[in-house]
Amino acid sequence: MSLPITALVLCLTLPLLGAIATVAAPRHATPLVTSVAGLMVAVTIGLTSHVAIHGPVVVALGEWAPPLGIQIMADGPAVLFLLVNALVMAAVVLFSLAPIGQPGPRSRLAQTFWPLLLLLWGALNAIFVSRDLFNLYVGLELASLAAVALVAIERKRDTLNAALRYLLFALTGSLLYLLGVVLIYAGHGTLDITLLAGELGMHPTDALAIGAMTAGLAAKTALFPFHVWLPPAHAGAPAPASAVLSALVPKASLYIALRLWLEAAPGAGDAIAVNVLGWLGALAVVHGSIMALRQERLKLVIAYSTVAQIGYLFLVFPLALGAAGAAGSGVADSAWNGTLFQALSHALAKAALFLCAGLILEAAGHDRIARLAGVAQALPVTLFAFGLAAITLMGLPPSGGFMAKYLLVTASLEGGVPGWGLIVLAGGLLAAAYLYRPMASAFRHPDQESAAPFTTVAAWRQAIPLGLAIASLALGILPAVPHELMGGMP
Amino acid sequence: MTATEWLPFTVCAAALIGLGLYGLVTQPLLLRRVIAFNVIGSGIFLLFGALSGSESAGTDSVPQAMIITGIVVALSATALALALVVAHAREGGRDP
Amino acid sequence: MTDWLPPLILATSLLPAVATFFLHQESHVWRNTLNLGGALLKVGLVVFMLVEVAGGTLHETRIDLVPGVFLLLRVDALSLLFLTLSAVLWLLTTVYAIAYFDHKPNLSRFFGFFSLCVFATTGIALSGSLLTFFIFYELLTLSTWPLVVHKQNAASMRAGVSYLLYSLPGSVALLFAILWLESAAGPVEFANGADFADLDSASQRWLFLLFAGGLAVKAAMVPLHRWLPAAMAAPAPVSALLHAVAVVKAGAFGFVRVIHDVFGIERVTDLGLGIPLAMLASVTILYGSIQALRQTGIKRRLAYSTVSQVSYIVLGAALVGPLALIGGLAHLVHQGLMKITLFFCAGIYDERAGIHEIAELNGIGARMPWTSVCFSLGALGMIGLPPMAGFVTKIYLGLGAMESGAPWVVAVLAGSTLLNAAYFLPLLYRIWFTPPPDGERPGERPLGIVVPAVITGLGAIAAGLLAGADFSPLGWATLIVERHYQP
Repeated sequence: MSLPITALVLCLTLPLLGAIATVAAPRHATPLVTSVAGLMVAVTIGLTSHVAIHGPVVVALGEWAPPLGIQIMADGPAVLFLLVNALVMAAVVLFSLAPIGQPGPRSRLAQTFWPLLLLLWGALNAIFVSRDLFNLYVGLELASLAAVALVAIERKRDTLNAALRYLLFALTGSLLYLLGVVLIYAGHGTLDITLLAGELGMHPTDALAIGAMTAGLAAKTALFPFHVWLPPAHAGAPAPASAVLSALVPKASLYIALRLWLEAAPGAGDAIAVNVLGWLGALAVVHGSIMALRQERLKLVIAYSTVAQIGYLFLVFPLALGAAGAAGSGVADSAWNGTLFQALSHALAKAALFLCAGLILEAAGHDRIARLAGVAQALPVTLFAFGLAAITLMGLPPSGGFMAKYLLVTASLEGGVPGWGLIVLAGGLLAAAYLYRPMASAFRHPDQESAAPFTTVAAWRQAIPLGLAIASLALGILPAVPHELMGGMP
Repeated sequence: MTATEWLPFTVCAAALIGLGLYGLVTQPLLLRRVIAFNVIGSGIFLLFGALSGSESAGTDSVPQAMIITGIVVALSATALALALVVAHAREGGRDP
Repeated sequence: MTDWLPPLILATSLLPAVATFFLHQESHVWRNTLNLGGALLKVGLVVFMLVEVAGGTLHETRIDLVPGVFLLLRVDALSLLFLTLSAVLWLLTTVYAIAYFDHKPNLSRFFGFFSLCVFATTGIALSGSLLTFFIFYELLTLSTWPLVVHKQNAASMRAGVSYLLYSLPGSVALLFAILWLESAAGPVEFANGADFADLDSASQRWLFLLFAGGLAVKAAMVPLHRWLPAAMAAPAPVSALLHAVAVVKAGAFGFVRVIHDVFGIERVTDLGLGIPLAMLASVTILYGSIQALRQTGIKRRLAYSTVSQVSYIVLGAALVGPLALIGGLAHLVHQGLMKITLFFCAGIYDERAGIHEIAELNGIGARMPWTSVCFSLGALGMIGLPPMAGFVTKIYLGLGAMESGAPWVVAVLAGSTLLNAAYFLPLLYRIWFTPPPDGERPGERPLGIVVPAVITGLGAIAAGLLAGADFSPLGWATLIVERHYQP
């Protein structure tokens, strides 16, 4: 096997092997996990630079070409997601080297946390490189199970409730997706995305299949109105788990929806369906933001912000496939690239925010926004990281979020549908409003009588969310290479 | 397979999926929802088997492989769901 | 073409900013060296460029972000006017701030954001395209917020909310205008102007309204001015920077760019957009002065005076004539020199004598002579007493108004001058001609807080006395306008 193919295969196998090893040898879990994370970052960076220079890496498993065998492919968008996944996961691993969550039987927590984290890593990577709709189902299901287990990891009653609700949504979503897969296979005799491209939409059952799959994926992505499971689950999990869940897991199902609609069936989406998706996205932006404004706890604000930020991602359907997309290929390209910029920069920024929230929770013992005064003094670096990540979520320059907003609004204006662009701009203002509250509260000087003591947090742990936040800004400062890797509408 | 051969399977599968979805939406008890999920799953696998036989003349082995994989995945999902239900009950949580 | 110069100038503020964040609170020497070093280096580079640009050289740097989206840094005569102002006043304000804060807490954060704020202002000055302008404009909003709330008390937090409440919607309007224009006309460079061929005149008017709305917030024009008096909760060096260099000037500078380098004077005249804007500026000038008259606090009176004075620049740009533009551009520098002097002095009164209210100024002239002389120079300049800098501006604006066929502007200028006199002269009377109260004599030390005020005060006189020289603000403004009108 050549080096890039080895790297691609390692991206799938290394986390899974690591997961098994940590189960088998829980005493050595810490060195195992750190070395797997380190290796994965190196391998992913290597693979990304290879794809950036030489183009996609394709592996036909067992050397059987589709339709008989199945293919995995690391193209531009795939390696970008692999890379962001690796960065967030590595940050979370580093962050969790200190005790996570509430004090208690740490070993048990670690015993379940590490394997689940690595399992999730592997499952997400499998989704990003799979070219087969059934393989994607398996990856999706694995990721969902690991994610649900991560929510439930502390076994408190509230989080178990949240996990169960999440599980029901996730399982229903998976089944709907599987139903679509079955119908597509019956109609076309293949599930390979490349072979399906251009074919999908011809068969009479395809509309039903795509509809079922999209509904299932939307439930897993927490698109409004299927978002009700997300805030309790993401706010209830331990902070490092929330970081992964909010940053990456919804992106995986969205990623499949993008592959399905834009790559496999670009002609199949009729105007009504794409506009419905766009409208649900717009409602998600508004509803999620308003709910975020009304929360009293920091983690819930961040979780509702995910609901809102996911809304932007669904604007790609009307922009790339609707009337706007027909206005010229440049519009669809802008919409596609803008959406990917949003997905990637949101992943980095959201992970940073949840890790910040985790540090504040550790230092203050609570995350009630009204009582955060003095955090700026106790955790200056954390608050700085929070501010930088907030810039990305507001879509202000210079950040990946601004790049996303710029491309999406340009697409909507050039496509002659400025309404979608206005939603994006309004969402930025709402984000500023709901992120400003905790920022300002933490920045205040504490009153003398209400001054609560903060426990100290090591500087190196504060630097982790800062690094992620800087990475999300870097996407906007040096966007040329990522932009080229995204490569416009597939 | 001819239509008379695969049609009953398809109708049966559709009925299972419909029943399962109905149960999932209407049943408040967690355990029943998990069972409903399994009913839907069975319906989909049945549909898969029936439809894949309908088009091609010979027997296609790919759907069978997929059905087995799917059953394994559904089984592990059920296992996790049951574990969560048990943990939930231990913590004193009641069904909504 | 030496295209490393613009990025280098940006780096002189950015690198100290980034490095300062990592400095320990106690490393005063390092922090001061970094900030002063950066500021000095920048002034040096600016002087070098002044000579080059006067000789006709252009510096340009283009950084591609993604295909079709680029950052363009361009040094022309207009950008150098703003750049020189910010570089010189940054140096002086840094000296002042070091002496003013001495060993107070959170200084690394303060100086970090302070330098970042200057970095953004420099970027605004150097922007060669609309998008570049917007990016630095936003960066300025973000980097000023920590300065406004620096004291972290309830008043400054309220000021911070008010600042963002006005700024962010303004930015959205600006961004929407830019993207709308660029989706029809392609990337807009200031050197070429925008191509409006694909837009009907109604769209053009809407665009102008959006641009004006976005810029009017920062320029503190009525009715979008309320954040500026509230921002007085910030420490004195921040007020000085905000009112003289950074935020309000960014808005006024943006008006000049949009009117002259995006729309172009013919289009603004054809669409009939100049006069309504000039009227709004006139309303702001008079309203700001009247409000200033009603304030009892020194800093609040100065703040409303800024609301009024910054609109002189907008007025100069909106009248779309060469003489008015010369007046407006010269005022960009003149107002900066005079207003920063006033704020330096207000800060000294506050810090050394605990004086916030006008009523407390009685007899302070004899007790704090240096500060009071500087304050008086700034105030007389603002009134427009010959031969001070403010006089020169008003003459040119008045002549420009006659030239542009808007003689009513002369009445506005006259009214504003009377109002200026009405709200500044009572202060001067109290300072010099009332007996001081008993008590300890407040000091005027250290030198670091008084010397910058003396320099800017003298600068305000020199800008008026030597207005005929080539390198005076007026001379440079004339050069800009000559190049603009006779390419």
